[in-house]
Amino acid sequence: MPTTPSPTTETGRSDGKDQLASPARQSAVRTLLRLWPYVRPVRARWAGAAAVAVLASCLALVFPLVLKWIVDGPVTDRDPGGVWLGAGVLLALGIAEALLFGLRRWLVARPLAGVEAAMRADLYRHLQRLPVAFHDKWASGQLLSRGTTDLMVVRMFLAFPLTFLIVNGVTIAAGLTVLVVQDWGLGLVLLAPAVPLIAVCYRFEHGYAGASRRAQDQVGDLTTVVEESVLGIRIIKGFGRHRSQARAFRELSGRLRGTELAKARLLAGILAVITLLPEVALGAALVLGTVQVADGKLTAGTLVAFLSTALALRWPIESIGFLLAMSQEAATATRRYFEVLDAEEEDPRVRADSGEPGRDGLRFDGVEFRYPDAAQGSVPTLRHIDLHIRSGETLALVGATGSGKTTLTALVPRLYDVTAGRITLDGRDITAMPRDELRTLVSMAFEEPTLFSASVAENVLMGAAADTAGRPGALARALGVAQADFVQRLPAGADTEVGEQGLSLSGGQRQRLALARSVVGAPRYLVLDDPLSALDVHTEAAVEAALRRVLADSTALVVAHRPSTVLLADRVALLSQGRIAAVGTHHELLRTNAEYRHLMSGDEAETEEAGDR
Amino acid sequence: MTTTTNTNTNTSAGAGAGTGPRADDGPEDDEVRVPSPGDPFDQDDLPTPPGATGSLLRSLLAPHRRGVVLTVLALLLQQGAVQSGPLIVAYAIDSAVPAFRDHAYGPLIAVGVGFLLTACCSAAFQYAYIQLSARVSQNVLLDLRGRIFRHAQALSVDFHDRYTSGRVISRATTDVESLRELLSEGLQELVNVILASAYITAMLLWLDLGIGSVAALSFVPLFVLIRLYRRRAARAYGERSSAIAAVIVKFVETMNGIRPVRAFRREQANDEHFAVLNHRHERANGTAMLEMARYVVGSRLIANTAVAGMVLWGAYRVAGGTLELGVLAAAVLFIRRLYDPIDRLAMFLNSYESAAASLKKIAGLLEQTPSVPEPSVPRPLPALQDERPGREVEFDGVSFGYRTGGEVLPPFDLTFPAGQTVAVVGSTGAGKSTLAKLLARFYDPSHGRVLLDGVDLRELSTAELRRGVVMVTQEAFLFSGSVAENIAIGRPDASRAEIERAAKAIGAHDFIAALPDGYDTDVRKRGGRISAGQRQLVAFARALLADPAVLILDEATSSLDIPGERAVQRAMLTVLRGRTAVVIAHRLSTVEIADRVLVMEGGRVIEDGSPAELIGGTGVFAGLHRAWRESVVS
Repeated sequence: MPTTPSPTTETGRSDGKDQLASPARQSAVRTLLRLWPYVRPVRARWAGAAAVAVLASCLALVFPLVLKWIVDGPVTDRDPGGVWLGAGVLLALGIAEALLFGLRRWLVARPLAGVEAAMRADLYRHLQRLPVAFHDKWASGQLLSRGTTDLMVVRMFLAFPLTFLIVNGVTIAAGLTVLVVQDWGLGLVLLAPAVPLIAVCYRFEHGYAGASRRAQDQVGDLTTVVEESVLGIRIIKGFGRHRSQARAFRELSGRLRGTELAKARLLAGILAVITLLPEVALGAALVLGTVQVADGKLTAGTLVAFLSTALALRWPIESIGFLLAMSQEAATATRRYFEVLDAEEEDPRVRADSGEPGRDGLRFDGVEFRYPDAAQGSVPTLRHIDLHIRSGETLALVGATGSGKTTLTALVPRLYDVTAGRITLDGRDITAMPRDELRTLVSMAFEEPTLFSASVAENVLMGAAADTAGRPGALARALGVAQADFVQRLPAGADTEVGEQGLSLSGGQRQRLALARSVVGAPRYLVLDDPLSALDVHTEAAVEAALRRVLADSTALVVAHRPSTVLLADRVALLSQGRIAAVGTHHELLRTNAEYRHLMSGDEAETEEAGDR
Repeated sequence: MTTTTNTNTNTSAGAGAGTGPRADDGPEDDEVRVPSPGDPFDQDDLPTPPGATGSLLRSLLAPHRRGVVLTVLALLLQQGAVQSGPLIVAYAIDSAVPAFRDHAYGPLIAVGVGFLLTACCSAAFQYAYIQLSARVSQNVLLDLRGRIFRHAQALSVDFHDRYTSGRVISRATTDVESLRELLSEGLQELVNVILASAYITAMLLWLDLGIGSVAALSFVPLFVLIRLYRRRAARAYGERSSAIAAVIVKFVETMNGIRPVRAFRREQANDEHFAVLNHRHERANGTAMLEMARYVVGSRLIANTAVAGMVLWGAYRVAGGTLELGVLAAAVLFIRRLYDPIDRLAMFLNSYESAAASLKKIAGLLEQTPSVPEPSVPRPLPALQDERPGREVEFDGVSFGYRTGGEVLPPFDLTFPAGQTVAVVGSTGAGKSTLAKLLARFYDPSHGRVLLDGVDLRELSTAELRRGVVMVTQEAFLFSGSVAENIAIGRPDASRAEIERAAKAIGAHDFIAALPDGYDTDVRKRGGRISAGQRQLVAFARALLADPAVLILDEATSSLDIPGERAVQRAMLTVLRGRTAVVIAHRLSTVEIADRVLVMEGGRVIEDGSPAELIGGTGVFAGLHRAWRESVVS
């Protein structure tokens, strides 16, 4: 929202949290383990890469030994053969190291890109199959940020922190063992900070998890604002509100900056501790060691060896802070990802049908509907809907703005499921047939004519079952019904790309294509939601004439705002406050029903009695 | 500007008039615009002048020079503290041990205190460095995000028609994310690399000029390799950035059109199409990572070969007596460390290339100049005379066409006196919407001027312009937030009472009050489902609240039912009385309240007169009106 401090942050986040039963306190490890099904297919290569990484870091330890040997051996002994041998070994080791480094990356590059892609494909696939009610609640920016930035974080985690947590863990364990073996007293001194370090890391993880969750949610909110500001650009420009929109954006991004700085503060703190404690322990070991050397209990050489091993462990230990932070971020990203993936898809199961199939048309039987997210006990959006559209009949649905017409149409293809009662097609309960079959039987034109980035032909033919789509003439016939003759004048005719990625069409053109899409499959059942609103008088008349022929062959429900559209229908049902108030022909209702008269003519006289809404 | 319009091939089909854009357009404008093959918009590759990326980065960092200096300083001091550790160890063994044996505890205490001090320093500077660098990078990102956002908002409607929302989103999110990585990790790596290389090379040169020179020389092939890598990586990352943008476009399109997707069983087909785009990104992503692997192998090979070579040469010189053994030993230890930063350099290059590819795309977006710029020296509108809220509109020798040709509106003059309600009717592609858009200044005319009370629209500041002219379109987009907030877009400082008054005037109050939280209902949340008709009412309430001198309604009543339409007409006669109004509607009911009707065809006004005059005549309008009466009265 551009004009006031945006509430979107709360929206997005709370949506994420309270709608889905995701235990927020789940440990990072447990969350990350959920990645296993995706990592599983690449486990061999991944494990190989981890092994190579361990090998490469061991190899790095061999280098100093070889160098030492060259200096102490052949060089000191003036032995040219030995020098050549040493250099040769060095070169071989170097080449091996280079290849191992490359091998590690090569092993995981494509597989991890594949993991990211597989997760994204699953997210997309799943989102397409979630109930429409889910999409009503979630801003698409929040979904998008899960599909992009969050997944990148996960891939990076698999590529780097996970491997190096293992490699460095092994290095540290080995190093500490060596230290304790060399001198257990000094070794224990060096080990001493481990306990407080683990405690600090634990606390850090907690705080950091919260902050990184906040940051990622804020990125989602930011994405939403960007998306809306682009989709609503004409309104923003029309009202000259780009400044306030920019202000809202600045506020949100400022909030994100605050969170990121808070994260940095936490990270700085933990890194300072991780640097300080081992260093202090090292200092203590140095002082103690010096005393021991002075007392002759320890040789200077052993102390040097001991300390240089300890110093070599510095990077692995310091890096733990970063690695933990990255892992925590990955855990948050994973959690956000699974929040969506855990949402229930539409239940594909089919109820047993008790109905008698027959040419019964479309029947609403005691239908009640309340949006899934509406408060329990609130008045349902639709109540006691009993409606029978006989086979081959066209019924117009008329009602005041907000009376529930569009909601009613959405129940037929099961975009939403009825709360009570049932809807039958030719006697078959719609919940007793697979959704795909149902949606093949029922064809729709929505209030908002959405075209996808595809050719005109593809956009229209998506309304037909695969076997009809191939039938020649189907496309031309459908375009003819919708009076979409402008298609021929498009640069590539029906092959012209339209939609967001293609050609921009006007509202009327899009509406005609959407109408063509709904009739192309010669559907048994047709549901049209105000299908002619954006057409001009002449076109509307022509479309009506053509549509009449189509309607003769199908059972249709047509939402209408105007007499001209109503006249397409055999009968009219008046929807008032979620109930069917009257059914009859246009003329009957005009005569007998004041509300209907008001809706159809807008006459003031009737407003008082009928419009007491 | 240039690119925005030049690359746009305007293939006018049919009447060849009207305007391109989407939803808000005149309903029957059959004019089309086709992206030509190789259109940079199509390729998601807007042109940037050479060096634009670098200068963008510089301009982002410039205001934070102090911060950058402090950050680097903190890093230097931290590294200094870390490097002094070994020196203290040396001191402990060389001095503290003998001293301790002599029962002099001073040096030992010095060792302890010194070590503690360096530990504290290195922790403290580490702490400072992370905080400072986070501050710099977050400020840069804030700046960049803001720039992208503001610039995208400033760009004209016709840019957005072709760039697609997904790409803008991608620029402001994933592309900014790449820069975040560069700033948060890359900077540290770069400083470390430079520091370590300089330090060790200096040490080597000081130890032995010959070996030092070889070490320095080995930077040459390394440099060549880096050049090579950068060229290849730039391509790989550029491809990756475009690929993810394509994925985003598809994703957004699907989620925003989820109802038709479900109703027409597009899930499978979408999955397949998404798989193609996703796979392209996967390939690009993998390729970018493999480029990195190749570079790492190359750089390690060069480094390790150089090490072996130097050891061999050094050993021969020791054998020949031209090099001290100790020097060789020291040099060998240093040589090995010389190339340690190579991995870090790789990490830096990696994030740099990824960020550079993104920055290039961002720079391309930022290079686009708004085709409808704000005036540098705005002029105010003259004060309203005698309480009349309307203003006079004059089209003075105005013509409009796209730069690539295709004249949409031939030159014309037209004056709407203050307070007049003008209905514009006409068939497909007549140019009605273009007329409206010129008046709303979504476009500027090719020739001539559009004047509001004698002031050229181009000379008005945005705020002044929108106090003067407001356009309500067919597309009634709602922003997330409450209904009240959506109405308040019309006038952000409006009180709740004013918002409700506007809603009541348009007949929207009843349905809003019936929502779960009334005016505070979040349109994206619980029970916030709002139908197209209701959205148009909200859009009207917005316009009422804005209370402009000139109101343009471009098909703004298409989804309203008849009572809704009547409410709008009533509001125009009461609340908006005295405003100049331009109404474009294919439904002629609106014409009844108009003082004047313009009939347009092929970009020209062919009939102009009062409704009564025209209906009584024999022209186009009389025919249209007859057809409309027949459709209503039956």
